[in-house]
This record gives sequence, structure tokens and C-alpha cells, in this order.
Amino acid sequence: MRKMIEGSQAVAEAVGLCRPGVISAYPITPQTHIVEELSQMVADGEIEAEYVRVESEHSAASVCLGAVAAGSRAYSATTSQGLMLMAEVLFNIAGMRLPMVITGVNRALSAPLSIWNDQQDTLAVRDSGWLQLYAENNQEVLDMHIQAYKITEDDRVLLPVMVCMDGFVLTHTYETVDVPTQEEVDAFLPPYDPLYKLDPSDPYTMGAFAGPELYQEIRFEIQRDALASKDVVKEAARDFQAAFGRWMGDVVDAYRCEGADTVYVAMGSVIGTLKDWVDIRREKGDKIGVLKVRCFRPFPLDELRESLANAKRVVVLEKAVSVGAYGILPGEVRAALCGQPNQPSVHAAVTGLGGRDITFDTFDEMEERSQAGEMDFFAGLRQELLEAS
Amino acid sequence: MSKTEFTYELTQGFLPGHRACAGCGQASAVRLVMEVAGPQVVAANATGCLEVFSTPYPESAWGVPWVHSLFENAAAVAAGIEAALKHQGKLDDIGVLAFGGDGATLDIGFGPLSGMFERGHDVAYFCMDNEAYMNTGVQRSGSTPFAASTTTSPAGRESFGEDRPKKDLPAIAAAHGIPYVATGSISVFADLRRKVKKALSIRGPKYVQAHVPCPPGWGYDEKLSIEMGRLAVDCGLYPLVEWENGEVTRVRKIKPIPVEEYLKPQRRFRHLFRSEDGKAQIAKIQELADANIEKYGLLE
Repeated sequence: MRKMIEGSQAVAEAVGLCRPGVISAYPITPQTHIVEELSQMVADGEIEAEYVRVESEHSAASVCLGAVAAGSRAYSATTSQGLMLMAEVLFNIAGMRLPMVITGVNRALSAPLSIWNDQQDTLAVRDSGWLQLYAENNQEVLDMHIQAYKITEDDRVLLPVMVCMDGFVLTHTYETVDVPTQEEVDAFLPPYDPLYKLDPSDPYTMGAFAGPELYQEIRFEIQRDALASKDVVKEAARDFQAAFGRWMGDVVDAYRCEGADTVYVAMGSVIGTLKDWVDIRREKGDKIGVLKVRCFRPFPLDELRESLANAKRVVVLEKAVSVGAYGILPGEVRAALCGQPNQPSVHAAVTGLGGRDITFDTFDEMEERSQAGEMDFFAGLRQELLEAS
Repeated sequence: MSKTEFTYELTQGFLPGHRACAGCGQASAVRLVMEVAGPQVVAANATGCLEVFSTPYPESAWGVPWVHSLFENAAAVAAGIEAALKHQGKLDDIGVLAFGGDGATLDIGFGPLSGMFERGHDVAYFCMDNEAYMNTGVQRSGSTPFAASTTTSPAGRESFGEDRPKKDLPAIAAAHGIPYVATGSISVFADLRRKVKKALSIRGPKYVQAHVPCPPGWGYDEKLSIEMGRLAVDCGLYPLVEWENGEVTRVRKIKPIPVEEYLKPQRRFRHLFRSEDGKAQIAKIQELADANIEKYGLLE
């Protein structure tokens, strides 16, 4: 059914349709609307989940860890500082191969304190073992959550999935979203039936420590399965299309990249703005396209190489900064293209930090500066403030 | 007092072959808990000695489902297990236990523990109190007693060791108004066994803190573990108390002995017997014991 709802509500509807057994979260702006909505759904008996109102994000993730280990489907949502507080548990959940889904609402990190959007937070936990999907719009947000449970619980994966969505830009924006029925979701996503769980009739020890003679092999298996999970991510998108008639994209998605000399690479809601700008530039005759990275972990190495094979110049937009080094996604794109035939120049443009608007002017500036050969730069800086200080 | 009131049997819960030190009070206390608890339980364990000596992958001393996640989150993990079992309709048949050392419980995991209490989860939390971070090499915790020398609160020319008394977590737990809180000692076996049994018979959050002597951490001959625990109780430094719904309901009476008898065999208090200033500190320790005796009415 098509509904005009907020992004947060789309998340709550999707999560509810996935029938979680345990939901645990700690309120933090701009994640709050998601957990408020889910609380109300539990209070109204619309979903039969245990909602555990914890005292911190660290405990929210820990409660979910315990719940999944005991054989229930679990869900949490957080952002920014909350994600940082969770970080220790995130690595642990992935290392223990416990499947679950959290919504990683994207928000800047303190200091200075900012409640506004960028992607520094989820990018900071990119090495945690969680798969990361980045949504462009609220339909994709809804569809991604349903696909995320399918991916994480697949026996070939058993790694947790973080659905990343831009704070405010998506969470607090109303869009028309097609919400599937419970019957449709039930047919797509069977009940959680784990290989191993904490069950007195078949006891397992979970979370043992491993010495130097074993640790490396266990980490290798995580890496092997994370890389292989790309096929499952693709499969989930295809199966979803077959079941719901909607294709929300592969691990990367090209927009107007045919014959493009220049390709802009980015993740999340900025893709929509970029597409509009590219339409305008295309009308002016500029050969520019957009490549959306929908699945950041596992990293779409082959797909990036293929999609960017004919580009002469690649501009990677990043709403984060790897302080003291270069960009995160830009650095990885550079590494992916290094040594490829006709290797393009890869420019790293940091912008949109702490909620700074990204406009057509920002893209025009990136275009000028990358054409002029600048490799690493901040776009959309207020020069007058820097000169005054 | 009968010394053969109970005998250990091999239980399904906690099996021999683990790697605890000789004389480890904690290993005995966990065996006691698991013997009482039986097989229909799930256990969550904080990082620490118990976790390390019982589960070096691929070995495990646990015969019941057991999970270790991190240092500070055993109470939250147990809460998650409880919520899942509740959702699955299995909570009437399966008990949820949590184990943590004093550092995991009083210090780093205090927030999650308080949250678990406050939300009313049906979890029995057992704190194995050996009064310092023993797994990492005897560093001071919030449970380290006054004047004890540890590797991070060492006695020295300008120091007599730890300068603060133990954090009173049982009283803090009781202040949550949870149904049952008790302190016990592995050395007063029948009493501890009764308390574990009682805790496991009650619905809601339960907190049992067991004093578990540690030969390498405290510095005494390992055959004296049970004796050490008994001296701690008998001098009044480790009062054995029960709280129900926030009120003290029962205490174990003692005929007090001087604290020196407890302190003297232990390396961690050795410095107190080597100077005049040490005597003054021993007098302060006696005051702490006397205050416990007065507060809880421990005199027989």
C-alpha cells in the first residue's frame, strides 16, 4: 500500500513486518522517531516484540547480542555518539557471527557537538565486520531493511547488517513509500531458525577466547564470508524484485554513465541531488554520470572497476574525513582503480559535514577544482570564516 | 558446625578440567551455583578469570549453554537472553544466570547491572568478589579493601596501599528494591548454598555477591583459601546479609575475632605489620569491621 510517511516511519513499518522478537534501543537524535514509532507499535499490540528500554547504546547492542544468541530476531537503531558507544559491541557481534540488523542513522561526531547529518559515524565502524548498505531514499530504506534480515540470516553470511540512512534528510522527510503486506514479507523472510543458539537441550559455549594458534583462522573466515556475502546481497535484491516487483539497485548503480568522461561516486541521499545536477550538466553537453555505492561492505571492488573502466576523471564525494589522511571511500576507490588499464584520476571531495547543505553550487565547485587538478579538497567551505580566524 | 554437610558431585553445569589456579575460591563457588541451578539454565559471563580459565577455545568447562561477550555487559546480555526466552514463551522452564568478577560488576559493568535491576529482568546475577582485577595481575578495583596493596595501589614509602574502603554494592543493589540480594562466602558453604537456592526460587532480578579468596592475588598458601574466607567473615569485614525488597531480612551472627588474624597471613596486608603507621591502619580496619558488626547486628 502506498503511504505518505516519514523515513523513520518507513523503517519502523519495515522492521515491524520482519517480526523481531526483541527490540532494544536508547534514544538519540535523529534516531528517535524510529524507536518512538516502534514503541507505539509494541504498545498497541501491532507487533509482538519484547521492547527493552536500556540505559545506553552499549547495552542496547548487548541486549540484542544476548537475544540473537538465544535464538530470537533482534533489532536496534542508533546514530553518531550512540554508534561510537556501541562500537565495542558491534565488533563483538560480528566476531561471534550473530545475525541482526541495526539502522545506522547518519549524523556527525562530536566535537563540536552536532546533531546534523554526515556519514562520519558509520564510516568509523567500517572495519567492524558489519555489512553496510547506504540508502538513497525512503523506499530504499524500507526495502533495504527487509533485504537486510534476509542477508544477515543466510547461513553463508551470518554477519550483521547495518542499514545506513542520512539523519534528518531521510529520517525526518515525508515521501510516498510502498509498504508491503505482512503476507508478502512473511513469504520473503521465513522465521529466524538459527544453526546455533543458547538452548539447554543442546548446549553450546559461545564467545570462547582464542589463542594465537587459532585467532587468525577465525578472523580469516569472517573476512572470507564477508567478501562472499556480496553474492547474497545481490541475490537478496533479485529475490526482492521477484517478490515485490521493485528493483532498488545492485551493489553499485550507474546513472547516466554511458559515454561519461567524468563520474561522481557517492553514497546515501546526496545521490538524488547529484542526479538532478547531472541532468542539468548533461543538457549543457557535459559528459558526466553518477555512480551510487549502495553496498559499501562488502566492498564492491569488481563492480567499481567495471563501472569506472571508461571514466577519465572520477570525483568521490564524502560526507566524512579521515583526519590526517585522505578520504575513506575516495581512498578505497583509488586503491581499486590503481593499476587498472586507462586508470582515471580520482579526486576526493569532502563536503556536507555536520549538516552543511550540499547544493548544485557545491557540485559546480567540485567540478571546477577537480578539472583544475586538485586531488584532495573540502568543497563548500566558508572561506570568510577561515580568513577571519 | 558440620563440615561434611554437603559433598560435591560432578554436575552438568560446571565440569572439571578447567584451568583455575589451585585453591581458587571462585571455581568452587561457581561449581556450587551450577550444582544448585541444574541443567535448565543459560549463563552469561563477563570477561575475567572465570571466562578465561573455563573456555579456552575449543575447550569448555560448561555443560549448560553459556555465552561470553565483553567485560562490562554480562547483565545486559543476560537481559537480552531473558527477553528472547520470554518472547519464545520459555522463561518458565529456563533460568537465566549471569557471572561477573568484582571489577566487571562493581566498576565497568555497574551501569548495565543497574539497568538490568531497574528493568526487573528475571536474571540471577552472581558477583564473584576476589577484591581486585586478578585476571590482569592484581590491579585495584572498587571492591579492593582498605589498605590492601595491589599492583596499582601498591604500598610504598608514601602509601599504605588502597586508601578507600570497598564499594558497598550489595547495599546499592538492595536500594534498587529488587526482590533478593545476598552476600555469601565460599568458606561458609551451606549458607551460600542456601542463598543461591533461594535466589533461584524467586522471580525477578537477584544479586548474590560471594567472597572468593584468591591465593595469587591475596598472597597466601593456596591450601588456606577456605580458612581465609572464614576469617574474613568471622572478623566482621565480610558481613553475610540478606535483603528482600530492599530491607535486611537476615544476617549471619558471628563471635568476632580481631582483624589481625585475617590480615596477617596475606601478602597484600603484610606492609601493615612492619611499621607504626601500619598499626594505625590496622586500627582503622578494625573500625570498619566494628562498623559492620554494629550496622548489621552481627554479634551472636
